[in-house]
Amino acid sequence: MAGRAQIPTKSSALIAMIADEDTVTGFLLAGVGNVDLRRKTNYLIVDSKTTVKAIEDAFKEFTTKEDIAIILISQYVANMIRFLVDSYNKPVPAILEIPSKDHPYDPAHDSVLSRVKYLFSAESVASGRR
Amino acid sequence: MSGQSQRLNVVPTVTMLGIMKARLVGATRGHALLKKKSDALTVQFRQILKKIVSTKESMGDVMKTSSFALTEAKYVAGENIKHTVLENVQNASLKVRSRQENIAGVKLPKFEYFTEGETKNDLTGLARGGQQIQQCRAAYVKAIEVLVELASLQTSFLTLDEAIKTTNRRVNALENVVKPRLENTITYIKGELDELEREDFFRLKKIQGYKKREIERQTAAAKKFAEEQFAENLALKKGISVNSAHNLLSAGEKDDDIIF
Repeated sequence: MAGRAQIPTKSSALIAMIADEDTVTGFLLAGVGNVDLRRKTNYLIVDSKTTVKAIEDAFKEFTTKEDIAIILISQYVANMIRFLVDSYNKPVPAILEIPSKDHPYDPAHDSVLSRVKYLFSAESVASGRR
Repeated sequence: MSGQSQRLNVVPTVTMLGIMKARLVGATRGHALLKKKSDALTVQFRQILKKIVSTKESMGDVMKTSSFALTEAKYVAGENIKHTVLENVQNASLKVRSRQENIAGVKLPKFEYFTEGETKNDLTGLARGGQQIQQCRAAYVKAIEVLVELASLQTSFLTLDEAIKTTNRRVNALENVVKPRLENTITYIKGELDELEREDFFRLKKIQGYKKREIERQTAAAKKFAEEQFAENLALKKGISVNSAHNLLSAGEKDDDIIF
C-alpha cells in the first residue's frame, strides 16, 4: 500500500494536549498528564502570550513522538495552525479538535468532520436520509 | 508501440495462448475478489461515518458538562486549584492502549484507555471542595472516554478512506487496463494461429497438386517411352526406319501381331 503508514500496536501510549489552561487543568485532573525525564510535558497550555511558533513546535513535536496516540487540540488553537493540521494525514497519532470553554465550537472548521460531513451528506442525499 | 499498447508484446504460440488464458482467469478472479473487498470496506466505512457524526455531537455535550464541573470545582476550591494540579503532574495514570482490528485485510487501530497507578491529585482540594473536584475528575475521565472512542473512529476513517481508494484503483486498473489487454492479446494470438493454419493448409494443398501433376507427367512420359520402345522393336524386326515404324503403328492398327 503506497503511502499507508504502519500502525504500531503498543501496550500503552499517552494523550497529548494543546489547549487553554482550563481544559488542560481538567484533563490533568483526570490524570493524562505526563512529565518525562527531561522535564518535557505532554501538554501545552495556550494563553494570550503563547506565540504561534510555540504552538507549531509543540504540534510537530507531539506528532512525531513515538509514545503519543491521540492529540487533543482546542479548536481555536487548531485554527491558528490550520495549515499544519490540515496537511497532517497520518492515522496515528490521531488529531482531535475539541471545543474549548471560551470559544464556540464550529464543526465546519474541523478538518476531519468537514470531510465526514461532505461524504455523509452526499450519501444521505443518495439514501434519502436527513 | 502506439498501435500495440492495448496488447502485450508476445510471440503468438500455443504455449503463449495457454499462459495468457491462465492470466486472464487469474485477473478475473482477482477482480472479483477485490470488488468484494471494496464492498466490504465501504459497508464498514459508512458505519464509521454514522458513528463519527453521532460521537462528535455527543462530544460537545460531554465537554460542556466537564467544563461546567471544572467551573464548579474552581468556585468551591478557589482559583488556585489549577496551580496545585499543574504542579502535581508526574506520570500519566490514564493512558491509551491501541490494538488492531482486521477488516478485509485492512488493519484498523482501536484505542482504549486504561488507568494505571494512583493519581497524585487525590489529595487535591482536601481543604475545601474535595467532592466537586472528584466530580470534575470523573467528568473529565468520561470526556476522555468519548474522545478516545472518537479518536479510534477518526483514525479508522482515515485508514479506511485510504484503503478504499487504493482498492478501487486496483479494481479499475484490472477492469480497464489489464483485462482488455489480456483479451486483446488472446484474440491476437488466436488470429495469428488461424493465419498460420490457413497458410499450412494452403501449402499442403499446393504440394498435393504439385505431386499430382508430377505423377501425371511421369505416367505420360512412361507411356510415351513405352511407345517409343515398341516402335523401335518393330523397326528392328522389320528392318525399317523408326519413322516408318511409327507410320506402320498408326496405320496398321488392325494388325494381329500388334497387341496394343
